[in-house]
Amino acid sequence: MRAFAELLDRLVLTPQRNAKIKLMADYFRNAPDPDRGYALAAIAGTLTLKAVKPNVLRQLVLERMDEVLFRYSYDYVGDLAETISLVWERQSGGETAQQDLSLGAVMHELEMAGRANVHGLVRNLLDQLEGSSRFAFLKLITGGLRIGVSARLVKQALADMGNVDITEIEILWHGLSPPYTALFRWLDGKSDKPKLDMPAVFHAVMLATPVADNDLATLDPKDFAAEWKWDGIRVQLANLAGTRRLYSRSGDDISGAFPDILEAADFEGIIDGELLVGGTMRTNRATRTFSDLQQRLNRKTVTRKMLEEYPAFIRGYDLLFSGRRDIRPESFLARRAELSALIEKAAPSHFDLSPLVPFSSWEELDRLRADPPDPVIEGIMLKRLDSPYTAGRSKGPWFKWKREPYNVDAVLMYAQRGHGKRSSYYSDFTFGVWTQSDGKDVLVPVGKAYFGFTDAELEVLDRYVRNNTVERFGPVRAIRAEPDHGFVVEVAFEGINFSTRHKSGVAMRFPRISRLRTDKLPRDADRLETLLAMIGQPGADMEEIREPI
Amino acid sequence: MKPETLLYPTPKGLYCEKGGFYIDPVQPVERALITHGHADHARAGHSHVLATRETLDIMRIRYGDAFCVSFEEAVLGARTSIGDVTASFHPAGHVLGSAQIAVEANGTRIVVSGDYKRRRDPTCSAFEPVPCDVFITEATFGLPVFHHPDDRGEIAKLLTSLRQFPERAHLIGAYALGKAQRIIALLREAGYDQPIFIHGALARLCEYYEERGIGLGDIRPATLDVEDKQSFAGAVVIGPPAAFADKWARRFPDPVAIFASGWMLVRQRAKQRGVELPMIISDHCDWTELTETIREINPAQVWVTHGREEALVRWCELEGIAARPLHLVGYDDEGE
Repeated sequence: MRAFAELLDRLVLTPQRNAKIKLMADYFRNAPDPDRGYALAAIAGTLTLKAVKPNVLRQLVLERMDEVLFRYSYDYVGDLAETISLVWERQSGGETAQQDLSLGAVMHELEMAGRANVHGLVRNLLDQLEGSSRFAFLKLITGGLRIGVSARLVKQALADMGNVDITEIEILWHGLSPPYTALFRWLDGKSDKPKLDMPAVFHAVMLATPVADNDLATLDPKDFAAEWKWDGIRVQLANLAGTRRLYSRSGDDISGAFPDILEAADFEGIIDGELLVGGTMRTNRATRTFSDLQQRLNRKTVTRKMLEEYPAFIRGYDLLFSGRRDIRPESFLARRAELSALIEKAAPSHFDLSPLVPFSSWEELDRLRADPPDPVIEGIMLKRLDSPYTAGRSKGPWFKWKREPYNVDAVLMYAQRGHGKRSSYYSDFTFGVWTQSDGKDVLVPVGKAYFGFTDAELEVLDRYVRNNTVERFGPVRAIRAEPDHGFVVEVAFEGINFSTRHKSGVAMRFPRISRLRTDKLPRDADRLETLLAMIGQPGADMEEIREPI
Repeated sequence: MKPETLLYPTPKGLYCEKGGFYIDPVQPVERALITHGHADHARAGHSHVLATRETLDIMRIRYGDAFCVSFEEAVLGARTSIGDVTASFHPAGHVLGSAQIAVEANGTRIVVSGDYKRRRDPTCSAFEPVPCDVFITEATFGLPVFHHPDDRGEIAKLLTSLRQFPERAHLIGAYALGKAQRIIALLREAGYDQPIFIHGALARLCEYYEERGIGLGDIRPATLDVEDKQSFAGAVVIGPPAAFADKWARRFPDPVAIFASGWMLVRQRAKQRGVELPMIISDHCDWTELTETIREINPAQVWVTHGREEALVRWCELEGIAARPLHLVGYDDEGE
């Protein structure tokens, strides 16, 4: 348990992707079976444990501890599992088994336990574990590791460990289950690759590169198909050999939240498409915005009411498997013909086909892009007619051509240091715009940005923060921001919407610092009214959880 | 006599009227008794200072020869008369030269522990319990959450990381007096014999530790001009925590941010500070050590100062020990 606990502790605090992969790969190499398999399941979210309620834990700790002292402790730490792991005192006189109880042994006891003796079991295990291990154990049984590691990242660690390609892991993944003994035997080089009948597995998706300034000049419009870029989340729906799964773009299994789509998927194959809510084009009802889709995201289960109020559907972009046949090597045109035929027969309420946009010149397409026919469109996709479906993002076959981002001039208000390579720089900024309050103009924060600027610009920003700090709140510095003294930046963002969670009442989507406006004084920065007026324009909506494509 | 009249808190610090002196005063006073050299306890500008030899030396290193008008060396265990009061200094185990101060008059004895710890520390002498009527304890880590792990385990975490990430500089934030030298000494005990690079702010104090016979091995300045920042790859670099937020840190390749402090026990704390590898190493008592020390000394009263006073006072109440918070101001309870 100790090695697993140490791994979790390090992962939580390690910002760099490659360092996380290394930490996990090293752990998988050194930990024994079945511990490492359960650890893998815990990180990848495939562990099924009956969750222990926080109240049970609270009762257990108060059996041994004064309530006032517990409250002081909880107030200070702020996290229940962490507080309990820290304040837990072993029963005096009781057996203090200090040898390291293995993760496998802990899992075994949890699986064997009936509902009735959960109390006794948890108490007993807490007594047998030491500090960090207690924390890891409590996180496991309360069902919330939250260590900032996606399923894809842990698979990359497995790939590194066994020196195999990540697609091999992806293909196997959903045919295997904890504690993944066969998988590790293969990765250790001690046996052949596990064999699966027909995997309904995630296949790495094909990604587009943004259209850059001179890209189109050299390309012939006749070689490309254009398609709207819809503002939902990119998904992959697989139904093979009786197994149905819905995956996010990064390979996380989100089937649990979308039983409506899985049930309607009565065809065999693997579709690439956009997950949206509202009505399909085939039912002539409107596609709804990303804010509505958000109601359905990040849930383990979904209520009947939710299903009725926010019906989800898939707008098909591509077909990877037609039936059990892998058609990824075929051309976009050929795959699309098969996709079209498949969707024709699929449930009209849950599937439609992303329409192509006819065009004859880039200029014409640019005009269409600036004025799309539906507010839930965020740009245009360009796909080479002859392109096979290849994993990852290589430049050439697919382009994305987004709507112009919005721009405002805002004033820097607060700064915080960055992470990793940027930990000695003030690189995370909160910026604000002007508004009236009690008859006076004041700055109100409207967003945060931590990229968009160059390294040279970061030097300038960092120097400004250090020389113009007016107050500190823990790690945060308040920066001098007055009408005639302050730092103005141009902030670019993809959309904007009302928000009850922000003081300003607005939330920007994907904001970044696009230019330093050292030529401007704070008094020349934009006003909140300007931002409010942007809401409701086509495409002006918000998104917080989606990864940028 | 009543202990409340022997020693009581004032805005300048804890005052002994009968002896006309303050203990660890936060403003310049005529006569000061100093427990140890940390800046919030040992300030410059007093007229007369009584402290251990090491504490006096450390004050001189930090503030220059003019750190006070006159001074007197307190020998551990020896009794000194000041007015109608007797004072004696006893090891506190906090940092080199740190002492508890016992103040006695008319059969009443109060022990001011200053900052203290009970763990073994290769860089200073161990805490000695002194029987007393009133024990004034610090409460920096006075919450039941604080259980400092074995420091060898924390050093092992660092050594593991050095093996896992040999291309990255390992930057340890540690307070310049005490913590930094203890980390170095613990690394040496664990068999780490590579050069250790230090920030300029640590140089004079590390030298002083060496002069006092505490071997730190191969210590080199990390401030020297290096053309190739890769030469710090895989190296251990120690500096005061503030330096890591500073431009100074940019000279190191892809650094692992480490902080050695008792606060690192709480994960959110580590996260807020951008620490990647927390080392839970403290020069203060954890909760168990605080409560066990109070049980061991068994004073009639406990007075609790800087830190989380309310929890320790509550614990004393539950144990039937008379206790109250002192509410002294001016001490940096984060200073670890």
